[in-house]
Amino acid sequence: MTAPLTPRDEADLAEAVGGAFARSETLEVVGQGSRRALGRATRSDALLDVSALSGITLYEPEELVLSARAGTPLSDIAAQLDAHGQMLAFEPADLGPLLGGPAGSGSLGGTVAVNLCGPRRLSAGAARDHMLGLRAVSGRGELFKAGGRVVKNVTGYDLPRLFTGAFGTLGVLTELTLKVMPKPPAEETLLVCGLGPGEPADAASRALTSAMGSSCEVSGAAFLPAAIAARLPDLEGVGDAVAFRMEGVAPSIAARRERLAGLMAAYGTLETLPEAPSRALWAALRDVQPFHDGKAAPRVVWRISTAPAGGPALAELLATTLDGEAFCDWAGGLIWLALPPGASRAVEVRRATARHGGHATLIRADAAERARVPVFQPLEGALAALTRRVKASFDPKGVLNRGRMHEGM
Amino acid sequence: MSGRRLPDADERVIARRAEIAAALAGLVAPDAVIAHERQMRPYETDGLTAYRQLPLVVVLPSTTAEVAAVLKYCHHNEIRVVPRGAGTSLSGGALPLGDAVLIGMGKFTRILEIDLENRCAVVEPGVTNLAITKAVEAQGFYYAPDPSSQIACTIGGNVAENAGGVHCLKYGLTTHNVLGAELVLPTGEIVELGGKHLDAGGLDLLSVVIGSEGLLGIVTRVTVRLLKKPDTARALLVGFATSEDAGECVARIIGQGIIPAGIEMMDRDAIAAAEAFVQVGYPLDVEALLIIELDGPEAECTHLMEQVVAIARACRAANLRVSQSEEERLGFWAGRKAAFPAVGRLSPDYLCMDGTIPRKRLPEVLARMRELSARYGLRLANVFHAGDGNLHPLILFDANAPGELDAAEALGSDILRLCVEVGGVLTGEHGVGIEKRDLMPVMFSDGDLLQQQRLKCAFDGKGLLNPGKVFPTLHRCAEAGRMQVSGGALSFPDLPRF
Repeated sequence: MTAPLTPRDEADLAEAVGGAFARSETLEVVGQGSRRALGRATRSDALLDVSALSGITLYEPEELVLSARAGTPLSDIAAQLDAHGQMLAFEPADLGPLLGGPAGSGSLGGTVAVNLCGPRRLSAGAARDHMLGLRAVSGRGELFKAGGRVVKNVTGYDLPRLFTGAFGTLGVLTELTLKVMPKPPAEETLLVCGLGPGEPADAASRALTSAMGSSCEVSGAAFLPAAIAARLPDLEGVGDAVAFRMEGVAPSIAARRERLAGLMAAYGTLETLPEAPSRALWAALRDVQPFHDGKAAPRVVWRISTAPAGGPALAELLATTLDGEAFCDWAGGLIWLALPPGASRAVEVRRATARHGGHATLIRADAAERARVPVFQPLEGALAALTRRVKASFDPKGVLNRGRMHEGM
Repeated sequence: MSGRRLPDADERVIARRAEIAAALAGLVAPDAVIAHERQMRPYETDGLTAYRQLPLVVVLPSTTAEVAAVLKYCHHNEIRVVPRGAGTSLSGGALPLGDAVLIGMGKFTRILEIDLENRCAVVEPGVTNLAITKAVEAQGFYYAPDPSSQIACTIGGNVAENAGGVHCLKYGLTTHNVLGAELVLPTGEIVELGGKHLDAGGLDLLSVVIGSEGLLGIVTRVTVRLLKKPDTARALLVGFATSEDAGECVARIIGQGIIPAGIEMMDRDAIAAAEAFVQVGYPLDVEALLIIELDGPEAECTHLMEQVVAIARACRAANLRVSQSEEERLGFWAGRKAAFPAVGRLSPDYLCMDGTIPRKRLPEVLARMRELSARYGLRLANVFHAGDGNLHPLILFDANAPGELDAAEALGSDILRLCVEVGGVLTGEHGVGIEKRDLMPVMFSDGDLLQQQRLKCAFDGKGLLNPGKVFPTLHRCAEAGRMQVSGGALSFPDLPRF
């Protein structure tokens, strides 16, 4: 591998990619490098380091809009927003510690490129749902823009959403414009402990479905089997539990808590977590803290997106049959699964997921395993061919992050 | 027919009309193919009625397999295709072409599944927007996007246009409320995008299909997200002596961290027209009227309404009413919802524009629109989704007066240029279609558009699906693949425009 390319600005970056295109070389795009262990393990001819493209270029709190260069540290953006009582509502996950690195790292571009969002995905949407506009460089080295800075915009194809979660395979993001939202003034969590009657997963599914079918407006809903709950802050001894977060103004939370407590009394004993422990709990779930194994012998970790009502049962089935453990976020729609170190069991995980609908992504495994098995849901037939054509339309020679999502693409 | 040109029709294809109709009749039910001029008349236009064009032939498939067979046939024979839902597009998205098969999706009217456990419904594209809510409202659920044509427009068209409505700031557009779709590609291949789960397993192709204006494929099934209806909704009706005061009120509400379910603004002409039409008690002595709606638990609405009222008073509200009953709240909305037909009574014809601007530029944009209105000698009435910055100026004109349609279109173009100039966009929810096609270069460089056209080629390599819409220049895909942008300039600058 040659020395990293370190463009200072957009024009530099376009030239660097254009050069690689002309020479038919491949580039791995990195910001702060905090997410390099995500995706298929690949080898590129050179690193393209975009961390110099940094800085917030526009922030108008009363217009709920922020633009920043892709390399801007996420912590800078969070601090700016915090000073105005605002936030990125999709709760970007900090997967640094899960992947064996430090916490608090990562850039805005990387956040958008992976689209990995926290518990509030349930009510506020993912990063994709907050993307308003972008500037980017195609795999041919062409600088272009798409979208805009207003929330209501249907002018042209929605490239900002397409590029979100594309793992840098379609273009190098240079500047992003996002919708920001006010921080809720208060929050608290209702815990339903010692789940029953019947099997915990079954009771969890009924409890989650009941809460989501009510007008209690929860912004976090998780199923935490006893062994997982025991490792979370302030949750020792709760047994199998579901947790619900309510956010908003205090009188609203009080009214919703009362109603939700009425609905949940049938499923276990109730406890309330006030603001500080509530924040700590949902941050821990966002960052998949139960599976922070340190560096010694980290387990394999999967992230499964499925229809929510069947989530708890699928989580339990996978944990039992594959000798692992699992918990659910997004009211059952997101399963985090940890399996013993070594083989990822991709075939078994995907076969079980297919029966419930949805897809499975391998989040943590050693590089050899991430080169051997499909990290993203394998594509078939017309969809595989279409995906290949879409990739080629932006990056015909496969210069950018080639193979990061799908082999040869 | 006025200014916007359509691609030249291929006479050789038109000459084959009978043969094509016969071939299509073999692919669908025989009575699902229409080739007689008189019977094709209802399809000659959509919601942008200034433009009319008979299609080559109309075909009305009723299954995904039939859609696939028709597209495969057209692909093989290189025949253009225009998809059509309910035909309510305000941008000419469903306008036929003389040499194109029009595929009407009106027979896809089944609600296939209502899955309240997973809070979603699986529907065919010809189901109307409102019918989805009607099907689940007894259980307390609803489908959030509510374009004003929701009684007639269908979910397939909503997906094609990424339809919005009055509640977008809090509840999003179609793209935030659709989980999955079955899509037939122009080749006739069928792909499944998304499902009942969240987030894509690979590239998020659904996100570009939504809002693609029928240029990438034909949607044959849609999975929509259902929401639980809020307990309460309460509205505030408040007038202001200046649009600046009204704009400041909106900015301060949002600045204080309150996200109302909807904030609508009307100007003096729109207020007068609406009040004359439905008599709901709108004040007639104000320059701007806001309807601010809050929803959620009763305690939350009460709490936040106090804050909103305080902000409105601080912004020099001229008069102010909080709805005390559901009937009163609906009354506040009745005038706004009737604004278009109400304006229709003032004038033989009107054009409805659809730019979006950063909210804070509103007073300046309104002032400059007044200047433009005077310069063109055409009246304007303004309704405005103030929460999300989406402007709907209505340009009043008389199509029978020589030159007035052209003048109205020119005024509309100037208004949209103004929206882009202040940091906004050409269209917030109506789509580009043919209406704003030629303005795309105001917002995008040739290089920006080239990226979009290459994406189009990935879905539709022969350029057969809805040509002449959205893009001001038709490239062959091989040509788009060869072109290169460098330093902001296109290496093949001499392409024909319409």
